[in-house]
Amino acid sequence: MIIKRKMSYVQAINEATIIAMDRDPKTVCFGLGVDDPKRIFGSTNSLVEKFGTERVFDMPTSESGMTGVAIGASLNGIRCLMTHQRLDFFLLTMDQVINNAAKWQYMFGGNGSPVRLTIRLILGRGWGQGPTHSQNLQSLFAHIPGLKVVMPFTPADAKGLLLASLFDENPVIFLEHRWLHQMEGDVPEGFYTTPIGSAQILHPGKDVTIVSYSLMSAEAMHAVAILEESGISAEVVDLRSIRPIDWSTVLTSIRKTGRLVALDTSNSMCSVASEIVGTAAIECFSSLKQAPLRITLPDFPAPTSPALTEKFYPRAEDIASAVAGMFGKTIDVKPIIQARNTPHDVPGDWFKGPF
Amino acid sequence: MVHPIAPTKIADQIPAKKLLFSMKRLRHIEETIAVKYLDWKMRCPVHLSTGQEAVSAGIGEVLKPTDFAVSGHRAHTHYLAKGGSMKRMLAEIYGKRTGCSGGKGGSMHLIDESVGFKGSTAIVGGTIPVGVGLGLSISLQKTDQVACVFLGDGAVEEGVFYESVNFAVLRKLPVLFLCENNFYSVYSPLKVRQPEGRNIHEMVAAMGIKTMFGDGNDVFEVFDKCEKAVASIRAGNGPFFLEFTTYRWREHCGPNYDNHIGYRTEQEFLSWKEKEPISRAERRLLESGLVSAAEISEMEKSIVQEVSEAFEFAENSPFPEFHEAFKDLYWENEP
Repeated sequence: MIIKRKMSYVQAINEATIIAMDRDPKTVCFGLGVDDPKRIFGSTNSLVEKFGTERVFDMPTSESGMTGVAIGASLNGIRCLMTHQRLDFFLLTMDQVINNAAKWQYMFGGNGSPVRLTIRLILGRGWGQGPTHSQNLQSLFAHIPGLKVVMPFTPADAKGLLLASLFDENPVIFLEHRWLHQMEGDVPEGFYTTPIGSAQILHPGKDVTIVSYSLMSAEAMHAVAILEESGISAEVVDLRSIRPIDWSTVLTSIRKTGRLVALDTSNSMCSVASEIVGTAAIECFSSLKQAPLRITLPDFPAPTSPALTEKFYPRAEDIASAVAGMFGKTIDVKPIIQARNTPHDVPGDWFKGPF
Repeated sequence: MVHPIAPTKIADQIPAKKLLFSMKRLRHIEETIAVKYLDWKMRCPVHLSTGQEAVSAGIGEVLKPTDFAVSGHRAHTHYLAKGGSMKRMLAEIYGKRTGCSGGKGGSMHLIDESVGFKGSTAIVGGTIPVGVGLGLSISLQKTDQVACVFLGDGAVEEGVFYESVNFAVLRKLPVLFLCENNFYSVYSPLKVRQPEGRNIHEMVAAMGIKTMFGDGNDVFEVFDKCEKAVASIRAGNGPFFLEFTTYRWREHCGPNYDNHIGYRTEQEFLSWKEKEPISRAERRLLESGLVSAAEISEMEKSIVQEVSEAFEFAENSPFPEFHEAFKDLYWENEP
């Protein structure tokens, strides 16, 4: 019998890390702050106490070099989990990621060693994080053959996908939205994996397919509830992995409903949402009853002032209105807004400022 | 005949004949590539190490097959001196399935895991932290291996170099940074890239790493310094940085000489040719009676034979099928 407990997303990440390090003594975990008082928002709690400073360590502020170090260590049998508190910081190491980690298998024709490297990157929005502290650049990584990219929504998948990533023989970019960190959900005990490249139907429906991932799956679920009251049955497909994408699940749903709304936490140019719409247009054009929609950010960097961010991020009410519009309906979205009793730039009451 | 450096007695422990043989072998393979390149059958960039053989030969006789090495775009002689398969290297340059990277990498992506050559890649500085990571893995697994990072003077200008040296020093990792300073990054001379009066090894020493500097065209000096550095690393004293000056004879990329195009002078080239590593070593060995003319001729015969067989292997090997381009993107996960 599978025992499940309520657990937060960040606790699930912490538990997955402990299980992996217990299971394989050659797993190490490093990154700026993994053993500092804040412990990467609690996600690396108790690691250094359990596994010691040889396997869990802070590092120089050398994002590029340290990614290369992780690659090199993995070539000689070490499994590396590297953590960055912002995706934006990780941009300093694109050479190591794209030219080395992603290519090591291919450029040596399979004659090299596996790069067993999982890179946890935290991205997000709000609290004035602004142009260079809240970028959602997942499609940059998803563009690169040789990488795997996952973006779990539920705590159970955060644990299952982190374990799948850590025991994968390839480099995996594990992207966690800061606003999901305190979200609670049922999480099975013990070791299990959520397969990389498998989407899930979060909510079954028959009239329209909403393809979402990460935080946008939460917004989609809020929207679905109010759409149902208006007689619109929406199916939510939570991608979980954005490279590879589970096309079978995505396209089957679109063929069934005949309508597509693709959500994204980023701007639309070359985004995951654009990829979903593009592939749907090619693969199931004749099933589509009307033109698909994309709901994404404006094509600008994220501003800082709360006055500028209030309408910057599409939320459940925007999704609900847009979906209703596909059916020629207008719906009252006030209940969604009223149910949300926190300011627009924080995920919840628990959030008290800079992370 | 001028000896740029006064001949000293070659110490007994130096494998003098092996060093001479290795340099001659490396020279012959590079020069044969230069000649055969004009057949248009090697259809990828080649960065030849003609003139720079002493550094590869020297370190090659010091490292063990269980030690690791990584390198950059000019890696033929590093790979061969580490023990990499000549046949598979040439087949790779010819784009053949039997190549060390199955035809996917070419001259700039060489690998032979069976002798610890963990890979060379084409981005300047890109493998420096990878070598340090290999050092970290050695330190975590507590073996007595050494990770050797081949780099040039240009790589010293990359930010990742400083990040890597810093971490290697911080964690006292068993890493040898082996810098071949050939004074040029493509066509850009050192003087437009680094301030006048700076010595790379002195600058690097300021980071707290042990360093030595030497004449990279004197194979006996190279061997001696490599041996001392590697012994220090194996004894647990942390990383070492070696800088050797040397000179690239041919163009940055390709089989030709390019002293006429204006970035360097024929005179400069000739002055370096005077300090050429192979004839210098050969002369000293002959003068000191450590090798005979007959032995040298035997060496040359066996090298010509080996290189010719390797070219034959490469030319006669099959090309990969197009569908093979769609393989090797990911490792299959263990069930």
